[in-house]
Amino acid sequence: MINAVGLHKAYRLKGRRIAALQGVDLHVRQGEVYGVVGRSGAGKSTLLRCVNLLERPDRGEVRVDGQDLTALGSARLRAARHGIGMVHQHFALLSSRTVAGNVAFPLEIAGVSRVERRRRVAELLDLVGLADRARAYPAQLSGGQKQRVGIARALAPRPKVLLSDEATSALDPATTAGILDLLRTLNRELGLTILLITHEMEVVKRVCDSAAIMEDGSFTESGRVSDLLRTPGSLLTRSLFPLPSDPPPGTVALTYPDGTDEPLMSQITRGFDVDVNIIAGALEEVAGHSVGRLNVRITGERRAEALAYLADNGLLVEEVR
Amino acid sequence: MTEWFGELAARWPEMWPVLWLGTLDTLYMVLWSGLVTVAVGLPLGVLLVATDRDGLTPAPVLRAVLGAVVNVGRSLPFIVLMVAVLSLTRFITGTTLGPTAAVVPLSIGAIPFFARLVETALREVDRGVIEASHAMGARKSVIVVKVLLPEALPGLVASLVMTVVTLVSYSAMAGAIGGGGLGDIAIRYGYQRFDDYYLWATVVFLVLMVQLVQSAGDLLVRRVSHR
Ligand SMILES: Nc1ncnc2c1ncn2[C@@H]1O[C@H](COP(=O)(O)OP(=O)(O)O)[C@@H](O)[C@H]1O
Ligand SMILES: [Mg+2]
Repeated sequence: MINAVGLHKAYRLKGRRIAALQGVDLHVRQGEVYGVVGRSGAGKSTLLRCVNLLERPDRGEVRVDGQDLTALGSARLRAARHGIGMVHQHFALLSSRTVAGNVAFPLEIAGVSRVERRRRVAELLDLVGLADRARAYPAQLSGGQKQRVGIARALAPRPKVLLSDEATSALDPATTAGILDLLRTLNRELGLTILLITHEMEVVKRVCDSAAIMEDGSFTESGRVSDLLRTPGSLLTRSLFPLPSDPPPGTVALTYPDGTDEPLMSQITRGFDVDVNIIAGALEEVAGHSVGRLNVRITGERRAEALAYLADNGLLVEEVR
Repeated sequence: MTEWFGELAARWPEMWPVLWLGTLDTLYMVLWSGLVTVAVGLPLGVLLVATDRDGLTPAPVLRAVLGAVVNVGRSLPFIVLMVAVLSLTRFITGTTLGPTAAVVPLSIGAIPFFARLVETALREVDRGVIEASHAMGARKSVIVVKVLLPEALPGLVASLVMTVVTLVSYSAMAGAIGGGGLGDIAIRYGYQRFDDYYLWATVVFLVLMVQLVQSAGDLLVRRVSHR
């Protein structure tokens, strides 16, 4: 759905050159939620702004829904943007308009008739659960409500793609969860493709099908979250499930990417005559799947064979040193 | 003191028609020059913001020229400007005397003042909202009309109020060179004939007028502000 290849972007600031994007390839599949995580200043916002060409990349190509945006003239680019909704960290609502007026704004831009606008606005406010606040002004809303208005506005012209720039970063944890659940629901029910950027791993864990880790203007890893969880040495896995800080020698970190019903621990103690000592364990929900994480100390003659057996049974096995 | 008021009461029937006509002349000058000022100053202010480096349509040369013109207008004392544009005033209105003639220098004096205030008010508009409008596919003219101006409305109204108050005081100065209005009365009756009653009466009228404009303006600002 979104295919960006070889994106480069540099800013000049007081004679200094800041390379914000240094060769980013981004591939977001139709109907998935794709998260880009990284520290502040990594270039996430720049990347997102290149996807709808708010920022024109110095080099590289941006295709959204098959259309090469970098090749479009200004009128056709504006038309293409009706198909790409955007949600902003600080909401970016018009303070002079009511909730309903804000949601109607992109429809006015797109030339939708007044009657149709009214119908669509009511429908959208229902969808985000703000039907009763239609006549309120943004200043009278809570942060979470403002973001719901922002989402309703972004969805008004029925876009196929939603871009979200730290949509939950200005919100408290409970409100964040509500907004993330809403995004997930929209993704499932409308088939909406969502590209979101965030500095919070928690967001990736909660809603993303795919993810990329961004550092200094490029991706250090990217792919489906379920695949990354199977990849030894994955930074994403490591951030989602930190290793014990001071492990006893012989500790192994086991990740169950798909959960498991097999009693693997008892199988190896019996089959390979090793001792298994559980140090820590957790079961987490990642992108709708249960993922288990176990830190264990395994000792015995046939330790290596036992570890190989676990790996053969679909576990990600990492020695902790 | 009571003597002073007694005298005032005795002279009031003779003073009132003069003061009333002066008030109407002042209102006439302020109203028309106010309209001209908004008609020219508002687009000028928009242009100052839009042509700026990070504006909607950056145009450094145009921006520099407009900025310079506005600064010249702002730095001239009104009394000097009035004399300087006398021939232009005659060209436009056919005379240099009376309230209609005064509208020309009043407008020229207030336009740069108002344009700068408009510029400041428009700069207050959240950049994020403008960016969001671009992301929604809005064209620049739509952003000016539907985003920039409505979002800045409270600031724009406050700017207008300030400009009208300034116009009231400028109009009194215009009276000094035959513009008519309350200023004219203060000079002709108060200053040249040493008639303190006229002097103080015009002061009171002007103060009341400014108070009225300011209070009505503040009320309006509060009405249009939804922050
Ligand atoms: N308009 C700009 N002008 C100059 N430098 C910028 C601009 N926008 C971003 N940058 C710089 O580019 C880098 C990446 O910024 P950004 O994409 O905002 O990162 P993130 O969203 O990950 O925090 C930062 O070093 C930032 O200072
Ligand atoms: Mg950012």
